[in-house]
Amino acid sequence: MALNIWKYASPQTFFPLAGRMIPVFTVLAIVFAVVGLYIGFFVAPTDFQQGEVYRIIFIHVPAAWMSMFIYLVMAFWAGVGLTFNTRLSSMMAHALAPTGALMTFIALWTGSLWGKPTWGTWWVWDARLTSELILLFLYVGYMALAAAIDDVRRADKASAVLALVGVVNVPIIYFSVQWWNTLHQGASVNLTRAPSMAASMLTGMLLMALAFWMYSIAVSLLRVRAIIRERERDAAWLQDSA
Amino acid sequence: MTAGLRQALAAVTWRDLLLAVRLRTDVLTIVFFFAIVVSLFPLGVGADPVLLRALGPGVVWVAALLASMLALGRLFADDFADGTLEQLVLAGEPLPLLALAKVFAHWLATGLPLVLLSPLLGLEFGLDAAGLWVLATSLAIGTPVLSLIGAIGAALTLGVRGGGALTALLVLPLYVPALIFGAGAVVAAGQNMQFGGHLSVLGAMLFAAIALAPWAISAALRIALE
Amino acid sequence: MHWGSVSEFFAMGGYGLYVWGSYGVTALVLFMEVVLVRRRARTPTGIAGHTGDYPTGTEK
Repeated sequence: MALNIWKYASPQTFFPLAGRMIPVFTVLAIVFAVVGLYIGFFVAPTDFQQGEVYRIIFIHVPAAWMSMFIYLVMAFWAGVGLTFNTRLSSMMAHALAPTGALMTFIALWTGSLWGKPTWGTWWVWDARLTSELILLFLYVGYMALAAAIDDVRRADKASAVLALVGVVNVPIIYFSVQWWNTLHQGASVNLTRAPSMAASMLTGMLLMALAFWMYSIAVSLLRVRAIIRERERDAAWLQDSA
Repeated sequence: MTAGLRQALAAVTWRDLLLAVRLRTDVLTIVFFFAIVVSLFPLGVGADPVLLRALGPGVVWVAALLASMLALGRLFADDFADGTLEQLVLAGEPLPLLALAKVFAHWLATGLPLVLLSPLLGLEFGLDAAGLWVLATSLAIGTPVLSLIGAIGAALTLGVRGGGALTALLVLPLYVPALIFGAGAVVAAGQNMQFGGHLSVLGAMLFAAIALAPWAISAALRIALE
Repeated sequence: MHWGSVSEFFAMGGYGLYVWGSYGVTALVLFMEVVLVRRRARTPTGIAGHTGDYPTGTEK
């Protein structure tokens, strides 16, 4: 018996499935966060160069990773929705965007708070921070376009084209900002020097990255359920289950 | 390329150019917007020649970016309103190529004047002859990139409320690489450094934009007309 | 364990403001997101969202 994966592309089948998946990912997020924070604050040693302030790394780097990863996933679902005309994929893309933007904001906020004691200023035109700022603008543009179009189907498709254009441009933006940065000023202290990190620091960071990942999945599933409810409110199946 | 397609492309380009000439106040508004924005900067930051020479490349480039973004409003909107765009989509010729022809005409009408004016504005910032030359060259390569990327945003926001500001929000972040390398070339020229590399990268962006942007534009146009 | 006391833990070697400012705001915005999304998921569907002009019953 062949499993029909398209079955899960229907909002009707996915709605209860997402409802069952949310608790799983919530628990995973909490477990990873508790263990990650324990290692980050009680096992990982003090950094000999930066002191305790480096402990911001346990949320800064995971948030920065997730902000980029979510953009890719969002563009993927937007592209799937555009190509196969599956409504659920487009809803998934819309559900991911606010979480991605939030991750970008967290990366910027923590980067700024880390930069103040390390570089002496709240903001440095460091390649990473600058790229994150532009990524935030890309997220905002995507959400603004989706919100500005009243016709849902057109909103899905137009924002999908924008997400795909964005995903082609993200590496170009990243490398030009990197290049621009090395030319104009070299930030003397590199925030994330992986090779010299103690093993426990790296473990804590990876666990927190997993926690952020699981959190993003859980909250996006919750949001996609909200979107399904809003869009399918006239459908009989939803009125039965709601 | 068949004769019919060639004819269609020439007709689209010629029609849009003719329209631009007839509605030349539109074009003049954009050109003067460019000139005013650039001229405001010395008033804002002071007339220190050293400071102005350092700021010049970036200011002229950012102003060109804003001006070319402002010009996007007239790229598809009128044709969308009066149904010409729909005819174009139904014409049976490949839409990406027709879109490319429209963007080319749009650039000739609104981008090229910026390029030609830029050396004059560079003088306000005390750029030397080499700097002025590189400024105009970088804008000549860069503004078509801006028009092509901007056309995607213009097509996506057709008939959408909050059109102009929304287009800016969508398009400006995507302009960043062109700005970095365009202004970078002029800065490098001002410091007697090699600027050929910058211009080459800008040229690579232009070719990539010519190859890819028309597909996104035509997809966006089809979505808008559905 | 390298924290002698609770106050030492909160002081973060003099960087308390930066470290707890980061963690505090992160916790706050994530909490806010969850609250807002949960509220959205519970709002009576007649009020929120788009005008649902998808034809129903045509899903893939």
